[in-house]
Amino acid sequence: MSGSSSGSSSSATPYLQVAPLALIMIAMVGIPLATVVLLSFWESDGILIYPTYNLQNYIDVLTSPVTLSLFLKTLKFASITLIFTAVIGFTCSYFLVFHVRNLRWQIALFLLCTIPFWTSNIIRMVSWIPFLGREGLFNTLLIEAGIISQPLDVLLFSDFSVILTYIHLYTLFMIVPIFNSMAKINPNLIEAARDAGASSFQILRYIIIPLSKTGLALGTIFVVTLVMGDFFAVRVMSGGQSASVVSAMKNEIDQLYYPQASAMAVLLVIVVLIMVSAVLRIVDIRSELAR
Amino acid sequence: MSDQSRIDIQNVTKTFGGINAVSEVDLSIEGGAYCCMIGPSGCGKTTLLRMIAGHETPTSGTISIGGQDVTSLKTGSRGTALMFQNYALFPHLTITDNVAFSLKVRGQSADARREAAREMLDRVQLLHLANRVPSELSGGQQQRVALARALITNPKVLLLDEPLSALDEFLRLRMRVELKRLQSDLGITFVHVTHTQPEAIALADQVVVMDHGVIEQAASPREIYNKPHSPYVARFMGGQNVLGGTVERVSDNTAIALSPDGTRYDLPDANDVKPGDKVRFSVRRDRISLADKAQDASNSAFGQVTNIEYQGTFVKVSLDTGQREEFIAYVDDEEYFAAPKEVGQKVYATWKPHLNHLLRGTNDSAGMPHE
Repeated sequence: MSGSSSGSSSSATPYLQVAPLALIMIAMVGIPLATVVLLSFWESDGILIYPTYNLQNYIDVLTSPVTLSLFLKTLKFASITLIFTAVIGFTCSYFLVFHVRNLRWQIALFLLCTIPFWTSNIIRMVSWIPFLGREGLFNTLLIEAGIISQPLDVLLFSDFSVILTYIHLYTLFMIVPIFNSMAKINPNLIEAARDAGASSFQILRYIIIPLSKTGLALGTIFVVTLVMGDFFAVRVMSGGQSASVVSAMKNEIDQLYYPQASAMAVLLVIVVLIMVSAVLRIVDIRSELAR
Repeated sequence: MSDQSRIDIQNVTKTFGGINAVSEVDLSIEGGAYCCMIGPSGCGKTTLLRMIAGHETPTSGTISIGGQDVTSLKTGSRGTALMFQNYALFPHLTITDNVAFSLKVRGQSADARREAAREMLDRVQLLHLANRVPSELSGGQQQRVALARALITNPKVLLLDEPLSALDEFLRLRMRVELKRLQSDLGITFVHVTHTQPEAIALADQVVVMDHGVIEQAASPREIYNKPHSPYVARFMGGQNVLGGTVERVSDNTAIALSPDGTRYDLPDANDVKPGDKVRFSVRRDRISLADKAQDASNSAFGQVTNIEYQGTFVKVSLDTGQREEFIAYVDDEEYFAAPKEVGQKVYATWKPHLNHLLRGTNDSAGMPHE
């Protein structure tokens, strides 16, 4: 028994190996989350916060009709964004994997997809405003082309512009995981399907989509959590006319209603957790990733 | 069945980026035959197979199956089924659904196609695993699933791309027997691409030896083995010594060739050569006897023993005869142990003159014989 050899070193080794990450997660995620949960049971009158333990905040949040409409609105944003990013992400990945056979071109075009990420979210978001505004590029273009006579108001400071921004910001989070799982599909499988007489559509439906579902699931988790947790895009792009769960929380925080905001935050975390676990229930990501 | 599954390949060329992978190939495969295509990697055998399957379109030329021109017909509708080298089973489907896949895309109901798939799985003795996914199966089992999947559409032609190369030696021999049995049961044409000579010899009714995109020789295994067309075929198929010389004279259908070291060889059936021609000829390694003294100056080789390997039923003796290629004799073990040799010893290898076989083909490349 030589102590220096690996196998028998110590049963503590695996714990030591995860310790750094565990410490960071506890400090940066665990403690703040616990604080939020704790705070959600306290009371506030807008001036002071009282450490009592009651469920009044939850009762208020759950019985308020505003909460329901906020959650519905946020879910609507999330689901529309999800559909568009999934379609765009799937199409782009399909093109990159199955049409651009050359690896060099694949990498080049993939990098092209990431170019928007070279600048900040805020710049990318705000740069839509001069394009979509009443006097903006797009409206001017349409008027000059004689397609419309009045500028379209729906383009900016509307749900449309919010969703457009979400799609723009988050499509890459869909492309990357889908591309990754599609790239793992053995091209022979597609030939085997073709050999069995499958049409291109049948190959897509029976082979490519089922084998890309891990990527779709991961992308879904990214996009849903990002949209559900956003308040900035909705505030800027709706011009304050639309609200999401988080932007409502922000309002309460601005008025120093921390406990009420915390209760809302806990609810949001629960909703997102349910959605993520639903996705994980449909797709066994762990086993698929190990494949 | 046999006429329906006949394959005719006429003047087929396939070019990839200016390079001919297959050049002007003509080949007919009888319906119901077991055809093995063999050659080193890059010789065009897989490309030819893929063109028959419809996964590649010939740059020029025509391919017919059962008399019908299928050159530009879609794969999946030309009566062929291809079994892939790494099987290409769908990892997300159970093996029943894998086998039933081609029925599914043809629109058969779930019950009917599963029933058919289970029958086919029973045929390859895998019914007890019907609900597993491919990754839970061993290599040999996966191969049988691939076979069942290919056969479920009742193809006229089954194309096999190196079907046995991923298996271990024991399974390979067993699957070889099964393939042959299946082929004679079904009576359809099998086209089997391989790079293993014993596999081709053991299975095929027709062996097609390819090199650099052309067919060197297409014939029965016995003919390929006994009467190779060119030095390349002789070396690649193995079991032959290739020798060379210059024709001195031709008389009575027999040419006398003089080798660089001064030995004379009688080449039978060689009235098509002229004195002064450089010729190559082969002689089977297992028809050679070794002697310590020269008996006859002609039809022999003289050299130093460089290696001796006992092979069970025979002994492989390698000689350095001063030529580029080593000369090998397979000596019957009883005969050998009656007069054993030693490494370094000088011996005479002799054989009967009628065993010399003139190689008319010009392809003189080395081949890579598997011993």
